[in-house]
Amino acid sequence: MKAGRLVKVAIQSIIKNSLRTLLTMLGVVIGVGSVTIMVAIGQGAQAQIREQVDSLGTNMIVITPGSSNQGGVNQGAASYNRLTTDDADALQSESFLLSAVSPVIMAPTQAVGGSGNWRTVVQGVDSDYQLIRDWQVTTGAFFEAADVRSKRKVAVLGATVADELFSGADPVGQRIQLRNVPFEIIGVLAEKGQTADGSDQDDVVLAPYTTVQTRLAGRSFIAQIIASTSTPDDISPAQEEIRQIMRETHDLAEWEDDDFTVRNQTDLADTAQSTTKVMTVLLAAIAGISLLVGGIGIMNIMLVSVTERTREIGLRLAVGARGADVLTQFMIEAVVLSVLGGVIGVVGGVTGSLIVARVTGWGISISPQAIALALAFSAAVGIFFGFYPARRAAALHPIDALRFE
Amino acid sequence: MEQNLVIEAQKLTKVYTSGVNEVRALQNVDLQAAPGEMLAIMGASGSGKSTLMNILGCLDVPTAGSYQLDGTEVAGLDRNALADIRNRRIGFVFQGFNLLPRTSALDNVELPLLYDRSDRALDTKALAAASLEGVGLGERQHHEPNELSGGQQQRVAIARALVTQPAILLADEPTGNLDSRTTLEVMSLFQEINEQGVTILMVTHEEDVAVYCKRVIELRDGAVIRDEPVLQRRVATLDISEWEAA
Repeated sequence: MKAGRLVKVAIQSIIKNSLRTLLTMLGVVIGVGSVTIMVAIGQGAQAQIREQVDSLGTNMIVITPGSSNQGGVNQGAASYNRLTTDDADALQSESFLLSAVSPVIMAPTQAVGGSGNWRTVVQGVDSDYQLIRDWQVTTGAFFEAADVRSKRKVAVLGATVADELFSGADPVGQRIQLRNVPFEIIGVLAEKGQTADGSDQDDVVLAPYTTVQTRLAGRSFIAQIIASTSTPDDISPAQEEIRQIMRETHDLAEWEDDDFTVRNQTDLADTAQSTTKVMTVLLAAIAGISLLVGGIGIMNIMLVSVTERTREIGLRLAVGARGADVLTQFMIEAVVLSVLGGVIGVVGGVTGSLIVARVTGWGISISPQAIALALAFSAAVGIFFGFYPARRAAALHPIDALRFE
Repeated sequence: MEQNLVIEAQKLTKVYTSGVNEVRALQNVDLQAAPGEMLAIMGASGSGKSTLMNILGCLDVPTAGSYQLDGTEVAGLDRNALADIRNRRIGFVFQGFNLLPRTSALDNVELPLLYDRSDRALDTKALAAASLEGVGLGERQHHEPNELSGGQQQRVAIARALVTQPAILLADEPTGNLDSRTTLEVMSLFQEINEQGVTILMVTHEEDVAVYCKRVIELRDGAVIRDEPVLQRRVATLDISEWEAA
């Protein structure tokens, strides 16, 4: 018997029992639908985090003080801070790959100005900082290289600080007291929002690092150096270049470990994303279990259907169907049912994801791979759970089957 | 006498074992049927007629004995070979019609052709339609079983049995579920088919039905106790006209 005819027989049988068909498919529809929604939400969350990390800056590389190792006892990160503005200068002058470099000096400060005061962090940075972080000003301007050289007392406010101190009024041209040192406000930064770990990027005051170092921090060690390359492809070679320059300026011997850490944005993103990845897998696993239950539903109904259709099977055997024909017919029915259920589930899942995105405002991302996987899985469910009932049907003896009441 | 018998069964024996009990459903039954035969197999329930029918229809295999159908030795064939023989050489008509529900008459008749492994039946729909035409249901191709009367359903079943142009037509109490009038119609159709050269074997327990056949065999306790030609064979069409006149 030709395969096409068997497919026809199976499909006829599916169409002729539409209620049974619907009930059988329901489990797979729900399973595949929930897999699609869960994965869409999980991947959407990952995409959102990627976006947040991108908001840190473009092609950014961060150099932080490394750990020191004293007699085999590791002292942990930043235990041995040897990052200085000299390192930043060395990178600036010796690197070929870096397009911008800026030291970052942190000084927690009570800022007083406008209508109140606000506890924030003053960051002493270079004028290139704006380029590295890709951070625009809404009013006023960022400070220039000349301001840094001449250690001018100018400050650019983060959106949160501007809001807290001046509550909507334009602070440009006003004065702000940082540790009793008056600074002139020359600009306000655009809002950047939270970082992946929830800290407010806008709660900051930027000032020339030279000024901060002499007036506020009073020490030559710095928290970190940030730098950027002009293209993403340069990031990896630039990291290696930074390492070499830094080892040289720190005078490290061959056998000594780096006393600094060079990381790029992708590293940061990966850390943040690994959490959501676990969540996505977990969600998909739960949804996968419902798919499994759907498969058992298919087996259940197929088994009932074999009993219910015993006479039909007997008739088919009597008019010349071989056992293999009946087996194939039932297998095709099971697979068509589950794949059809899978398709409906995907459509429902995509619709559901869009509704979820609309109602909750979460970012969702529907990936073709996840859909293909869900469909393949539903077909596998059909084959796996369809086989046992199909084999039972095929093994029926024609006489017993015909006599079956 | 080298005659081409359609059915030649010798010493057919069938033993069923259930637990320690042995039931001899058939004991050394010999049966021969020439082409164009129309044979009624009679007997009380438990006489072994259904067992004989199942073996003749290749639905079951005998415990002992030989059975040649249309020149092919059937005893000892495997399940698949038996399925192919049922498909090509045998047409079945059942007491309960056994039509597929929610399936048009045409699709029901087409069913055996779908399982035909040879390439002889290419246009299965056309063959099915022609077969339905042959039993006088050309107009009802697209009706489903529940839209047809009992007699019409049985005619669809007969069309299905004949669609593969089998050597023999086996009917298991084909009129058991029908009223007298419809029984006459079905018997008239059988006689017509038989005239066209199809060998017919039918199981019945009604003498009234057996009189339309050419020969009667009666079984009791698994053995043939009567094998004789029908002397006063009736013609169903004449009985129908008589019925209508009355």
